[in-house]
Amino acid sequence: MPGFAFIFKKAAISAFVALVLFSLMIGIRTEAGPTGQLIYWTRFGELASLVAAVFAGSIAIELIRQWLGPSGAANLIPPAMQEHLSTAGRLVAPALLIFTFLVPVIFYNQRYILDLAILVLTYVMLGWGLNVVVGLAGLLDLGYVAFYAVGAYSYALLATTFGLSFWTCLPLAGILASLWGVLLGFPVLRLRGDYLAIVTLAFGEIVRLVIINWQSLTGGPNGISGIPRPTLFGIPLTPGDDGLAALLGIEFSPTHRIVFLFYLILAMALITNWVTIRLRRLPIGRAWEALREDEVACRALGINTTTTKLSAFATGALFGGFAGAFFATRQGFISPESFTFQESALVLAIVVLGGMGSQLGVALAAFTMIGGFELFRGLEQYRMLVFGIAMVLLMIWRPRGLIGHRAPTVYLKQAQAISSDLVKEGHG
Amino acid sequence: MSADRILAVDHLTMRFGGIVAVNDLSFDARQRQITALIGPNGAGKTTVFNCITGFYKPTGGTIRLTREGAGDIALEKLNDFRISKQAKVARTFQNIRLFPGMTALENLMVAQHNALMLASGLTLLGLIGAPSWRAAEKRAIDQSTFWLQRIGLLDRADDAAGNLPYGDQRRLEIARAMCTEPTLLCLDEPAAGLNTRESAALSELLLSIRAEQGASILLIEHDMSVVMEISDHVVVMDYGVKIAEGAPHEVRDDPKVIAAYLGADEKEAIAVMESGT
Repeated sequence: MPGFAFIFKKAAISAFVALVLFSLMIGIRTEAGPTGQLIYWTRFGELASLVAAVFAGSIAIELIRQWLGPSGAANLIPPAMQEHLSTAGRLVAPALLIFTFLVPVIFYNQRYILDLAILVLTYVMLGWGLNVVVGLAGLLDLGYVAFYAVGAYSYALLATTFGLSFWTCLPLAGILASLWGVLLGFPVLRLRGDYLAIVTLAFGEIVRLVIINWQSLTGGPNGISGIPRPTLFGIPLTPGDDGLAALLGIEFSPTHRIVFLFYLILAMALITNWVTIRLRRLPIGRAWEALREDEVACRALGINTTTTKLSAFATGALFGGFAGAFFATRQGFISPESFTFQESALVLAIVVLGGMGSQLGVALAAFTMIGGFELFRGLEQYRMLVFGIAMVLLMIWRPRGLIGHRAPTVYLKQAQAISSDLVKEGHG
Repeated sequence: MSADRILAVDHLTMRFGGIVAVNDLSFDARQRQITALIGPNGAGKTTVFNCITGFYKPTGGTIRLTREGAGDIALEKLNDFRISKQAKVARTFQNIRLFPGMTALENLMVAQHNALMLASGLTLLGLIGAPSWRAAEKRAIDQSTFWLQRIGLLDRADDAAGNLPYGDQRRLEIARAMCTEPTLLCLDEPAAGLNTRESAALSELLLSIRAEQGASILLIEHDMSVVMEISDHVVVMDYGVKIAEGAPHEVRDDPKVIAAYLGADEKEAIAVMESGT
């Protein structure tokens, strides 16, 4: 165990770095005077207190670290407790699912929470979709929002131009997005890692710029409005005589539509999840994961890496397209502003934070990211700062995401979780 | 003897810029035999392997694979995955290339990808859980179990491949290659890093693969005890050319081979041999 001298030395180094950094940032304050000359004055008191705080903080952190021991937080929890925790861990998913089903019942009168829940579920679905590409196949995709946009615009244009219903357009939007996925897939087949990320990023931007500039089709920056609302298999959720409320003989309430949208996106997300879990256990899913682990070995085993990669892009894009169609029908209005790079980054952050490849992890991360962001709304201008710090801390604590281990897709005796140290992230 | 030939490498040349890694190499491998390709480091053995298994496209020459019922296949014209899929040539790697984050069983399941992909109706039948797919999956698991049993890893079927000891990983890689049901199995230094006992077990495994599965094996190996014990035919390379060929004992006593290994010229090698015997 390092002694006092070690702690003192570490703290002194931190304090020195703080002194160098802050001496100009804090120690000297400059301003432009009334005639444009430079006025400056010193603030050595503040500087001294900051350096002292860094010194004391460094000692405190080092002491806590020593108190926790070399293996960190793991040995804080006794083994007996850990067993209970793992049992509890297995119950998280079903408990979360039941809670989600009950959300419209519990929060029926709180429109804000219902809207937020729909938003969270949209991102859960997007996260699950991107998880196929990034988490399973290990292909870093920074332009996922393109497929979301293609899905949304497909539905909006088909519905407003041809008057097709939501349920006809949904599969069409998915298929169109999927085709775009293959289109993106072809040029990037040979690229890996950083290069792949940059090309996918560019692809996302191209789609957005085409939408902005192709005014005659997409309405350009003005977007498309008056997108039809979804119907319950033909029954509209409107106050009219043929509406659902009149049909059931209950009083109309605008919340009905919100609740309907909630269950719609929940069903779509759950189907995404079910399909992904099924795919993982099929040869195609195993080939995706094998591709992430070692592409050369895949080729040596006779796996066509081209079609395998394209199928991953197409599947991910399909789910993105479905989510896009839902987004369009929920908003009733779409414009290119909704499909910026920030959306791609957010969805990718959800996948990485959740633990690449883990379905539950992605759901938890979407909940944390979208819900957490709203939670900090009271902090006003410090919201992004607090949120950023929370993310940094989380990634230090869990470098491979909330759920980093991998569950095997097939087993003889017992499925054992595979440690994240062994699972590869893929190189593109 | 050309009737039972499985592989014919003819005037194979591979250049990387100005470097000639393999120069005008010709040799045959026979069916149900173990052919060893040996030579000092940098002799071009792995390059030959990469040409045969489609990782490199040869600069010149031909590689013909004779498959029962399929006739001759020109390997130099097929690329990467098709060599394994269509010509049924499987390989292992000098530095093990398993899927470390997947279990031993999963590794063997991935190897049966092409057969399973057809059985799953290109995923559609599998997605709806059709009975024909379930039966095919069961057969694939049985096949994997069979190979895990053969290499003595049945107990560790559900362990991550990356967690297995080195020797087990080597054997698992061979089992994985065998799960593609190859006609020609190419092994790149399977005994590298193994201890004497493990090498002996490996020799036994390879001999049993030849006897029971009827596979032809092409082997790169530095471990002479393994080469001498199991090979039927040895091809010796040095500086990209073939310097000797024949049965193991013939090659062992060939002065050129000894010279190549000792890094000396032929006369010195003969002197060493004579003083030794």
